Amino acid sequence: MAAPSPDPATTARLLPPLRVVVAFCVLALMVVGALGAHWLAPYPFDEMHIVDRLHGPSFAYLAGTDEYGRDVLSRTLHGGRLSLFLGFAATAIGLAVGVPLGLLAGYRRGLTDELLMRALDVVMSFPALLLVLLIIAVTPPGLAKAAAAVGILFVPPVARVTRSVTLDLMTHEFIVAARARGERLSYILWRELLPNTWPAIVVEGSLRVAFAILVGAVLSFLGFGVQPPAADWGLMINNARDFVEAAPWMALAPGLAMSLTVITVSILGDGMREYLDLKLGGRR
Amino acid sequence: MALYVVQRLAAVLGVIVLTSVLVFLATHALPASIAEVMLGQYATPETVAALEEKLGLTRPLLTQYWEWAGGALRGDLGRSLVMEVPIAPVLWTALGRSAVLGAAGLLIVAALGIAFGVVAAVRRGRIVDHLASGFTMVGLSVPEFFWGLLLILLFGSYLRLLPTSGYGTLQQGAGAYVAHLVLPVLTLTIGLLAHVARLTRSSMLEVLDTGYVKAARARGLPEWAVVLRHALRNALLPTITVLAQDVGFLIGGIVAVETIFAYPGIGRLLVYALERHDLPLMEAVILVLTAVQCLANLVADLLYAVLNPQIRYGRAIA
Repeated sequence: MAAPSPDPATTARLLPPLRVVVAFCVLALMVVGALGAHWLAPYPFDEMHIVDRLHGPSFAYLAGTDEYGRDVLSRTLHGGRLSLFLGFAATAIGLAVGVPLGLLAGYRRGLTDELLMRALDVVMSFPALLLVLLIIAVTPPGLAKAAAAVGILFVPPVARVTRSVTLDLMTHEFIVAARARGERLSYILWRELLPNTWPAIVVEGSLRVAFAILVGAVLSFLGFGVQPPAADWGLMINNARDFVEAAPWMALAPGLAMSLTVITVSILGDGMREYLDLKLGGRR
Repeated sequence: MALYVVQRLAAVLGVIVLTSVLVFLATHALPASIAEVMLGQYATPETVAALEEKLGLTRPLLTQYWEWAGGALRGDLGRSLVMEVPIAPVLWTALGRSAVLGAAGLLIVAALGIAFGVVAAVRRGRIVDHLASGFTMVGLSVPEFFWGLLLILLFGSYLRLLPTSGYGTLQQGAGAYVAHLVLPVLTLTIGLLAHVARLTRSSMLEVLDTGYVKAARARGLPEWAVVLRHALRNALLPTITVLAQDVGFLIGGIVAVETIFAYPGIGRLLVYALERHDLPLMEAVILVLTAVQCLANLVADLLYAVLNPQIRYGRAIA
């Protein structure tokens, strides 16, 4: 007798949706391109070919050249490193500060919770970009500084998400049991609460990465992020503004790369959320 | 209701005062002195001391804050270091120009975003819905300045239909005035539109599933009446909050859009101040923009209360 064919509905549940798979592959390619830019790029990112300046896409320069004859494709590949670094570093900072605050607020409740949340409300009432610009304006520019500024911006939303998950967990028996055993505060926060808040934090984090890449690009577009001659997507697009008639291709490769990165990260984040919702049986 | 209004007003005032302290501290109390940043490579102990003296940075912090905040309350925002004129008139002119951009953008976003959201929700799972969610994804993921560049390329370089930079004064005629606004407003609109459409869609879907909508259908009301009169009214509540939050995004967007289109509004003024380390101008712009955002939040809260009696009579939602 033939084995019963698997129920199509079950298979669909186990496999991630097609768009998530595609997004993952594209993002993986971009990461490989960015990390391996040193070996993959046809030219060094700052090598000038003055004779071939403002050259359209050709076999020698697949994405064209800029006003100094630098290869746009090589610069775009290298730029991925900076964008990805900023995306992940800013998110890491936001999580490192926001998650403990959220855990503490959700666990302690009462006055601690009220004070923390009101303080975060104040940070959130600033227009986001202004806060980052303010931090950067009063200190010398740099990639690490930009990452830190964007990271601070992420603390309130990350703390809120962590807090709401923690509040939900507090009613569960394992927390009640841990408190009854007289466990220390740090033990309950790190060993009991943190592992159970991870799914929500991972989803929140992935969406933050996309947002950080966008904010970072705006910063360097405005001239307050990565400084020239570094190859950065925002900086390259800013540069292309002056040559938009003579050399429109200068903006194309970095713009597409940035949009693709953000779209794929968002699709992955959304996909992860749906998958986790399914796994948790729609508990959240 | 009166109590609620007073509560919200107090909260807004509190945030504005806190903002002024934060802005002030960020520029005056950092370990690296602002004079050092302004002087850059030419910072020596002598030049730093001289500039600090000139800017009045050597006086006690509290005195400085008191003078600055007191001046701001009386409408005196100080003098620009670079332009060497009082800041207030320059700033209000720039804010007015940006307000035109922002208001036009917000109006279009509200009208189109809600319409797209409703259509996507009513035609859930059909082609229109998929198109709308595809557009949403792209709209949310592509930064304004890249849209701006694409629009410049299309309308400015290829079609040569619209001016791609600068500002048309009303003296130059209404045509020039409007023409200079089209591309910046369009750019501002794209990202926010996606945001509002997405939210309206999801809250419409939720409302369309409720008992009173089913009851309205069962009473044999025409579909348009069910959707517009019964469902949309309630679905709009979260949309209004998001529109107010979008004012924050709009302010960020305005900075990028005014830069790419060389539009002389308040966003460009901020970049100008930051690039030249014009401390008083920088502080004034950030303070005013934050106040604008706070007021937008206040308006949204009050509107919400007017539309939703539960909030009017119940405990204020923090």
